[in-house]
Amino acid sequence: MTGPAQGRRDGHLGIDVGAMMREALASKHANLVTRPTGRAVREAIERRMVRDPPPLSVALIDLTRIRVLDFSCADEVVAGLLLRYLPPERPHDAFFLFRAVEEVHGHAVSEVLARHRLAAVCTFGKGDFRLLGAVSREEREAWSVLERHGSIAPDRSESLLGARGPALLGRLSERRLAFRYPAGVSMALSALSHTLRYHTSTHPSPPGEHHGP
Amino acid sequence: MRVIEIPSSLDYRNIETLYGAVEAGGTGPVLFDARRLTWTDPNGMLALLAAGRVSAQRGTPPRLSPPRRREVRGYLERMGFTRAAAEIFSPSRRQTLRRPPPASDVLLEITPITTNSDVHEVVDRVQSRAGAILSNTLRYPPAAVVQFSVILSEVCQNIIEHAEGTGWVAAQSYNWTRRLGRHVAVIAVCDLGRGFRASLEDEHYDRFGDRWGDATALEAAFLLGLTRFPDTGRGQGIQQIRKQVARWNGLLSIRSGTARIADTPTWSRNPPLDEGLEHFPGAQINIILPERTGDRPRAG
Repeated sequence: MTGPAQGRRDGHLGIDVGAMMREALASKHANLVTRPTGRAVREAIERRMVRDPPPLSVALIDLTRIRVLDFSCADEVVAGLLLRYLPPERPHDAFFLFRAVEEVHGHAVSEVLARHRLAAVCTFGKGDFRLLGAVSREEREAWSVLERHGSIAPDRSESLLGARGPALLGRLSERRLAFRYPAGVSMALSALSHTLRYHTSTHPSPPGEHHGP
Repeated sequence: MRVIEIPSSLDYRNIETLYGAVEAGGTGPVLFDARRLTWTDPNGMLALLAAGRVSAQRGTPPRLSPPRRREVRGYLERMGFTRAAAEIFSPSRRQTLRRPPPASDVLLEITPITTNSDVHEVVDRVQSRAGAILSNTLRYPPAAVVQFSVILSEVCQNIIEHAEGTGWVAAQSYNWTRRLGRHVAVIAVCDLGRGFRASLEDEHYDRFGDRWGDATALEAAFLLGLTRFPDTGRGQGIQQIRKQVARWNGLLSIRSGTARIADTPTWSRNPPLDEGLEHFPGAQINIILPERTGDRPRAG
């Protein structure tokens, strides 16, 4: 059963942090401040994610109903989640997207990511996704091309990204900023989140093979 | 009874005299004579509370003679000073504890910070008031109320996480016509906890060796972002406050032990580092945010 705080459609998990604070944490505040609050929110998100987890999921962490996000909380919620799911011993195969309000949350999210040398994919509500945090120029360019195309097959990576294309896509995959199928197709997380809505199998079908509803 | 005279004007520029007077005393009863007080800011009020508490910890609860001028007493009531002082100073004849009137002109009354819940309350409360002052008085952009709230949140957490003791926070806006030629918002945070040196000593003493002291501890936290916690994510609060205050051309200083460190804008005459001051247990943080104009503020 899912409440307003969470909605799951197969491997796509949406978590409204504002609603989660009210429901799961019984908080009367709409502000994500103080480190203990951030820790409690992160743990609530993790509990939600490990409850019957699909083999692969994309979680959209929605901060848009949070009024104030301070650096301590951003460190716990954003950086804390990514650090937990980055190493191979992660609880399960989950990727993260963040939805935020640029002028309210963008700075705090960017700063904590940079401090940990992390990066994350974030949308500021206009439908477009952006890469925040510590990324090289090459990584950013490769990510932008991938985001524009949705997916890139191995035989097109050099033509689209140059000789270092395969390595850069591999690097994005290692940093959990893109998904790479066993066959080598790279997929943008934004595109993957749409694909997962229609799949319950171990891995979604590569682009061109999946079927809509 | 030893009498400590409070000057007619008590703010961040002269609170050192208060600390000096307290330090000079022994364990006998103390009277803080504030009858001449005509002007004070959040730093002055918190310094007076801190001085009173230090005196109380030495034995007899101190006494406080409130200001003679009724409007000054009214201001202290609106700022929550009278209520906070009642927990530290022995009651005086003039000290009444009426419920203060709705504090529409107060940015943030003196608020004790003991738990994380207190920080949430401060952030909730200040948002409803700060918007108009930041936009209309200081001419900051609309999103500034969020950044202002983040600053308050981080400085208050500093008390809980690092001082391990109770502290206070207060904020108010003023028109510094003569001093700066513009409005300012003043945020003051004060605690009587462990201070920066003790907080960082276990984790960082070896790194600095003989150089270790109050000033080095402040430099470690302020300039290098070090904390007593080993996690990479810690220590961001002060660093981010420094960046935001600098964007607003503001002054930020931290006083702890016998030293003070500061980011000083061109309009301030504060040195970036002061050493050899009177010992102050705990820490005092002072933030002054000037009104945004096209001109540079004059030094004051």
